[in-house]
Amino acid sequence: MLIFYLEKLPQVILPTRKARIFVSMEKQVILNSRHFELTIKRLCYQLIEQHHDFSDTVLIGLQPRGIHVLVRIKAELERILGKEILCGNLDITFYRDDFRRREKAIIPSVTNIDFVIENKQVVLVDDVLFTGRTIRAGLDALLAFGRPKKVELLTLVDRRFNRDLPIQANYIGKSVDTLSKERVSVEWKEIEGEDKVVLFTPDTNE
Amino acid sequence: MNNLSVNHLTGIRDLTREDIELIFKTADSFKEVINRPIKKVPSLRDITIANLFFENSTRTRLSFELAEKRLSADVVNFSASSSSVKKGETLIDTVNNILSMKVDMVVMRHPNPGAAKFLSERVNARVVNAGDGTHEHPTQALLDAFSIREKLGSVEGKKVVIVGDILHSRVALSNIYCLQKLGAEVMVCGPTTLIPKYIHELGVLVEHNLRKALEWCDVANMLRIQLERQDIKFFPSLREYSMQFGLTKEILDSLSKKIIVMHPGPINRGVEITSDVADSDQSIILDQVENGVAVRMAVIYLLASKIGR
Repeated sequence: MLIFYLEKLPQVILPTRKARIFVSMEKQVILNSRHFELTIKRLCYQLIEQHHDFSDTVLIGLQPRGIHVLVRIKAELERILGKEILCGNLDITFYRDDFRRREKAIIPSVTNIDFVIENKQVVLVDDVLFTGRTIRAGLDALLAFGRPKKVELLTLVDRRFNRDLPIQANYIGKSVDTLSKERVSVEWKEIEGEDKVVLFTPDTNE
Repeated sequence: MNNLSVNHLTGIRDLTREDIELIFKTADSFKEVINRPIKKVPSLRDITIANLFFENSTRTRLSFELAEKRLSADVVNFSASSSSVKKGETLIDTVNNILSMKVDMVVMRHPNPGAAKFLSERVNARVVNAGDGTHEHPTQALLDAFSIREKLGSVEGKKVVIVGDILHSRVALSNIYCLQKLGAEVMVCGPTTLIPKYIHELGVLVEHNLRKALEWCDVANMLRIQLERQDIKFFPSLREYSMQFGLTKEILDSLSKKIIVMHPGPINRGVEITSDVADSDQSIILDQVENGVAVRMAVIYLLASKIGR
């Protein structure tokens, strides 16, 4: 099965191939800045289809990298709808299932959810959906703020076939087929200087 | 820096500045957690913590217990007054018996200086010092510095005076170490008999005039007179002490700037601090108590993350 997906890989990934940055890593841009913007716009219209005027919906970004997606989605939604969208950031460090199983403790980020999510429709926002363990922790963390009516998941990149838990996203920016040893990184204009999604593949020839 | 450099918290003296800043950063997150509708996180659900109090305490003990419970740890409590210590059992035996029941961490208060360090070298558990005699009380110093940082933005470059019974105070020693590591200037103030000899060796200023000390400082930390530790008379009477070193509203209002007033508790109203000062808007005594839970959660969380599976 794996070989089959690998053969399909070139169709999924955009053709831009960049020079090697790391000695043993191959780097491919799978979403460039133009497509990046289109993807964000599409996700927003998909959200509006489901949530209409967002009167009963809140967006919650998962720390640390999900909040960058949230900032873009929020700005675009507010531009389209002309109203303020209720948003919050959620840190899931204390809810992780790998506490004491890692070498180093994870430094928590800031949580600011200054509203009650009781009976609200919640859309969790993250950058990359991989094993699903972060989302599991996020669902757990969310309960501390009340019982939501419904929870959905929006992710910019879905690394399908790498899931450890039965978790799927409702809104997907881009699906990619990857191996566990590969790494997907979302880069931002504000931080790295350019909007893009990059796939790093360890070089098997070495 | 994602890990503490120490395996036990026996004193501030062993910590680095990076350790303290890591604890503060983690405590920031826990402070947000304890202000949620559900004030609990599941991080430590497979950890058991024993609170061993060989000396009386209300605030520290409650604060530790709440911190542990809000991290979902299992908690067992022990106090010397109702235990086999009275029957002649040694400290090591008592603790090893408790550890046989699969306890991962020990929070201990003990009347003997160095008890926590002694224990940490001999038992197979993480040890948190909750006060060892007149030596150190590290979590109190951490929460004091955390409260200053919260109120003034940072500790670096601030001037802090510790007033009162410095000689018998573990809070004073831990505070001196902690504040100095964070870059603050520290002064101690009190009657000559209650200031330890050679304390200037620690790099602190010494002042015997309360008004001068208060004019110098940004923060005044008022300590209690520990009559239970004073075997001889160190000053003629509490009334005389309070006239010279008690913080009153008149002195506070006559200062050229607004200083912050702290107190580690328990307060003896009318002795080291008057009621109107303790309840004034310059006092952050109750903020200290709130921050205590968050700081202790951070300490326990960071130490627990180093326990192997």
